[in-house]
Amino acid sequence: MTTTARPMSSPDATPDASDAVAIADLRFAYRTGPPVLDIAAMRIARRERVFLYGPSGSGKTTLLGVLAGVLVPREGTVRVLGEELGRLTSSRRDAFRAQHIGYIFQMFNLIPYLSVVDNITLPCRLDAGRRARVRGDLDQAAVALAARLEIEELIRSPVTDLSVGQQQRVAAARALLGAPELVVADEPTSALDADRRQRFLELLFQSCEEAGSTLIFVSHDRSLEPLFDRAISLPDVNRAAVSTRV
Amino acid sequence: MLLSLAARSLRNRLLTTALTLASIALSVALLVGVENVRTGMRESFSGTVRGTDLIVGARGGTIQLLLYSVFGLGSPVQNISIETYERWREHGAVAWTIPYALGDSHRGFRVVGTDENFYEHYRFRRDGRVTFAEGRAPSELYDVAIGSEVASRLGYGVGDPVEVTHGLSTSAGGIMNHDEQPFRVVGIIAPTFTPIDRSLYITLEGIEAVHLGWEGGVPPSVMAGAGPPTMPGATPPPMPGATPPPMPGGTPPPMPGAMPPVMPGASAPPMPDVADRVPVPEADELRRITRDDPRVQPTQLTSFFLGTKSRFETLRLQREINVDEQEALSAIIPGVALGEMWRTIGYAERGLIAVSVFVVVVGLLGMLVSLYSSLNARRREMAILRAVGAGPQKIVGLLVLESGMLSVLGAVIGVAVTYLLLFLAQGPVESRWGLYLPIQFLGRTELTYIALVIVGGVLIGFIPAYRAYRNSLADGLSIRL
Repeated sequence: MTTTARPMSSPDATPDASDAVAIADLRFAYRTGPPVLDIAAMRIARRERVFLYGPSGSGKTTLLGVLAGVLVPREGTVRVLGEELGRLTSSRRDAFRAQHIGYIFQMFNLIPYLSVVDNITLPCRLDAGRRARVRGDLDQAAVALAARLEIEELIRSPVTDLSVGQQQRVAAARALLGAPELVVADEPTSALDADRRQRFLELLFQSCEEAGSTLIFVSHDRSLEPLFDRAISLPDVNRAAVSTRV
Repeated sequence: MLLSLAARSLRNRLLTTALTLASIALSVALLVGVENVRTGMRESFSGTVRGTDLIVGARGGTIQLLLYSVFGLGSPVQNISIETYERWREHGAVAWTIPYALGDSHRGFRVVGTDENFYEHYRFRRDGRVTFAEGRAPSELYDVAIGSEVASRLGYGVGDPVEVTHGLSTSAGGIMNHDEQPFRVVGIIAPTFTPIDRSLYITLEGIEAVHLGWEGGVPPSVMAGAGPPTMPGATPPPMPGATPPPMPGGTPPPMPGAMPPVMPGASAPPMPDVADRVPVPEADELRRITRDDPRVQPTQLTSFFLGTKSRFETLRLQREINVDEQEALSAIIPGVALGEMWRTIGYAERGLIAVSVFVVVVGLLGMLVSLYSSLNARRREMAILRAVGAGPQKIVGLLVLESGMLSVLGAVIGVAVTYLLLFLAQGPVESRWGLYLPIQFLGRTELTYIALVIVGGVLIGFIPAYRAYRNSLADGLSIRL
């Protein structure tokens, strides 16, 4: 929706937009459940590559949902790219996410009835603001990005013909198209074998660097940790996680 | 974008989509088809008689007059005199009249006595007039024109003899046979798909000839104690006490040397009253008399149809006839009376509509089921859409668009199917049942139904959409399956 997308360009211009993520006194719980997140403070600088790890149940996916503006915290402030998400209406949060965040799921990232290129361009087609970030022809930009991720030859294939590794690269291309400031990846390599994991990460890093994007990478596989600028242990920062751990 | 997403999502679930479309299309086709058939039936019904401004009969009920004069059902209570008829025929406002004398039948089909005006002025359907498939209109005393159904059911052709029966029994023989009269078929009326097809038409004088010599409703032959002789007009009437009558039943006498009949003496027993049979005294003479014979001039009619010189006169003329001081008459406007009657017997069509409305509801519920049950499998899809920036309202929009597209497409296909079927069935239906199904652009009723189907479909789409909305709020970006 272009009408809600327009005012969204202002957060970029705000002077205190130095951090990609700034969390203070965040508390979150699903509707009636126990608290899932209780984070006093967390900061991620722009262009930083952060490795966020923790066992299942430590609230990783929930935190990503909060950062993406899909989930709304009960208490505390969450600033993403200088924008305090709690102050935005839900439709503005959706537009904010569409324009500034690229999201990669663990698996099954793609919409089965769309072609590879349509999957890559989906965010740009749903949101005019995101589209505006891509210069020139949208399909060409998608093809160029696919080429960077070495999936150029698959661009016209049906999504269902792709291997898991190929699917994750398509997902990465979708997350990166339009060069969003923040790329959030929720265990994107967990379904890949070691070789492919290595190659996928290399390509992801390169692309993030070229786009100037901050990368928040969630995993429970700590062998990947050395590849990142910094690692954050979620159980250490999330006080709610301790109580839920068995 | 959302539209193409919805379209592609539907195409992705091709089988369910096709089945859902089929159920909606068929239910819409049924609804529109029923509406068409209903219109056709009503048109057909109200087109039974056209162009006639008034039907006049002895005073009685409107529907009764309509039933016996137009539909050939029931019988008039009373006749009207020919003088009354002539008086109204000469009325300044009257352009033409068609006299009707009813009361006789042939093998269960009505015999109508009328004159040339019937063939000239009677109209049905849009501008259907009485035409002959074969032969001509009756002009002589013993001429009969028969309706197409009479011809095909009884296998009659031009030149065949017809016996006219007094009374309206549906059994083959009638109550009493007027079989002294040598009526012959001179014309077969082309199919009209009105009660005309089930009637026989003779002249008014012919009706009189049938009853000639009758006293108190009983024919002279009966008074003389005779049964019906065979084949009137074909064989000369037997002379008293002379040649034996033909074998009843036509059984040939056993050949010599052939197998004897199972029951000796049982075959061809002489009719007990054969010896007593007395031929009708005037039979020979009857056959010779012509239309202008003073003995067959009509004295009574059952009813008459009339056309006015100016249709504006109709109401005034109707009032005038209804207050006729010399004879108690009822005049009805056929269109009004037919409409009144259709409303009385119209329950069936309303039932038909109610049933097809329920079928449409079932079709739409089928769509609801298919969309709703697809939701769980689509939670991943919804989460992806949420992640790339689609708000919950876009999720709702997607699902409502899907149901809207299904309803619109279903309605379009349904209408197309209806017209295709109408196009294919129009000819056969008309020739078999005489029901003319007009192929015309969707009427206001049909368009209303279609609009309701689409609106209903879109509204129903909000149910799975709301569920998906709740899901996407609860799931966020994680998928719980």
